[in-house]
Amino acid sequence: MILTPLSHISMPLLMGNNLNAWSEALVGFNLFGLPLGLVILAAIPLVFIALYSLTYGVYGERKISAFMQDRLGPMEVGKWGILQTIADILKLLQKEDIVPTSADKFLFVVGPGILFVGSFLAYAVLPFSSAFIGASLNVGLFFAIGIVAIEVVGILAAGWGSNNKWSLYGAVRSVAQIVSYEIPAAIALLCGAMMAGTLDMQKITLLQSGSYGFAHFFLFQSPIAWLPFLIYFIASLAEVNRAPFDIPEAESELVAGYFTEYSGMKFAVIFLAEYGSMFMVSAIISIVFLGGWNSPLPNIGSFALNDWTNGPVWGVFWIIMKGFFFIFVQMWLRWTLPRLRVDQLMYLCWKVLTPFAFVSFVLTAIWVIFVP
Amino acid sequence: MSNLTYTVIFYIFAAITVFSAAFVVFSRNVIYSAFSLLFTFFGVAALYVFLSADFIAVTQVVVYVGGILVLLLFGVMFTKGIMNTELKSDVLHIVPGTFILAGIIGALLYTFYTTHGWMPSATQLHGSIVERIGFETMSHYVLPFEMVSILLLAALIGAAFLARFDKPDNNKS
Repeated sequence: MILTPLSHISMPLLMGNNLNAWSEALVGFNLFGLPLGLVILAAIPLVFIALYSLTYGVYGERKISAFMQDRLGPMEVGKWGILQTIADILKLLQKEDIVPTSADKFLFVVGPGILFVGSFLAYAVLPFSSAFIGASLNVGLFFAIGIVAIEVVGILAAGWGSNNKWSLYGAVRSVAQIVSYEIPAAIALLCGAMMAGTLDMQKITLLQSGSYGFAHFFLFQSPIAWLPFLIYFIASLAEVNRAPFDIPEAESELVAGYFTEYSGMKFAVIFLAEYGSMFMVSAIISIVFLGGWNSPLPNIGSFALNDWTNGPVWGVFWIIMKGFFFIFVQMWLRWTLPRLRVDQLMYLCWKVLTPFAFVSFVLTAIWVIFVP
Repeated sequence: MSNLTYTVIFYIFAAITVFSAAFVVFSRNVIYSAFSLLFTFFGVAALYVFLSADFIAVTQVVVYVGGILVLLLFGVMFTKGIMNTELKSDVLHIVPGTFILAGIIGALLYTFYTTHGWMPSATQLHGSIVERIGFETMSHYVLPFEMVSILLLAALIGAAFLARFDKPDNNKS
């Protein structure tokens, strides 16, 4: 496989255009013998999560939900309520840090931390650009699917530590849901991995680059790819506990699920984890089926749109835009669809998604073997 | 990345593994023991990475944290009165315990000193290990692989059979 033909027209940003050039430059950056570059490498996705959840996550979701329900949304703080999130953050920072008396102090405090670490760890293998990836593992996709398990333990710690029946039931429902939906999600992603023939996220993305833009994406490369794409999208909604699968935090039944007792910054950390995993699943679906950091625009004759819009810096733009698009669809669904019942949820997972995932797995295998 | 960085990271993970494993054994609270297992499994996965076995490391997280630990936590959380049970973590039989401890440590040290080097593999690892694992499972080890899958299928059917309820009983309640 050729790993170098990246566009030469892109902006040369100090460190060059080669594959993983930015990450490697950062890893080599040692100040006073301390591996400072490694810390910066890990801090970049963290800053990204914080910035995106503050702007698009909180403010965007409130505005989008408002427009969908024919309301105005936040309008008071700043023009169009732009500063609303900053006001919210100030309020959250000032809030008293309450730990219920009968709660299990240690687990109550540790729970949100484990939860956030679980959702943040997957960012290590997300290629944010052709030149930037946290860790170019050859088991990247498998790592991204598997590391969600840590989030599950965090949810259980938070739910049990709260010493509240609603919290515990919310946690148990949430975990049962995440663990069940991992199966169709993993099989659907396996279809994409089969088409690529690798689990390395950077290679999966590279295989989808070409001068015809979107036509090289795996979604359009095989006639069955839409099925695993759809299955993974539905299953990922359930994995991040978004509507219509937000049973763990069903307000009318369980107050707020496993984070009923949380307030102040701990609540903010739980929300940060939720927005973190929302972008994570959106990025994974864009990488596996929609070409990750590749530009979707095709070259039309001498009008080389694809060449102009490809490169490390454009890559950052494209993957974030693709991720934001799927987050928008997640928000859209949240305000459109009613919530499923628990038995319907399990029915959908085991009797609809899993069999169809197997069907798409076999069909993709046949396609990959017999159609060159 | 310098060698020193690797060494420091290795010792951090080794410490996490050892201390959390000790906590699992010595804690009197069964919930804390169960949650502490998370760090043990995670630390062991990190140690696998240091042996360049990334695939096994991720599998370790998927199977042990995602499967076994969650099952364990569910079991602990839904067992009535488990928090009131006094766990015994005292030393009960000092003399036989000391003998067994000395025996195990002696055997380990004996192996450590008599084995020359750590038996480096004849062929060096290069390239992706995942593909090799896939090829080997589907060619060399296809019979064990199929046997394991049949065993797991039988276990799955058995679990579904045990968990299903009888229709008349359900209507009564």
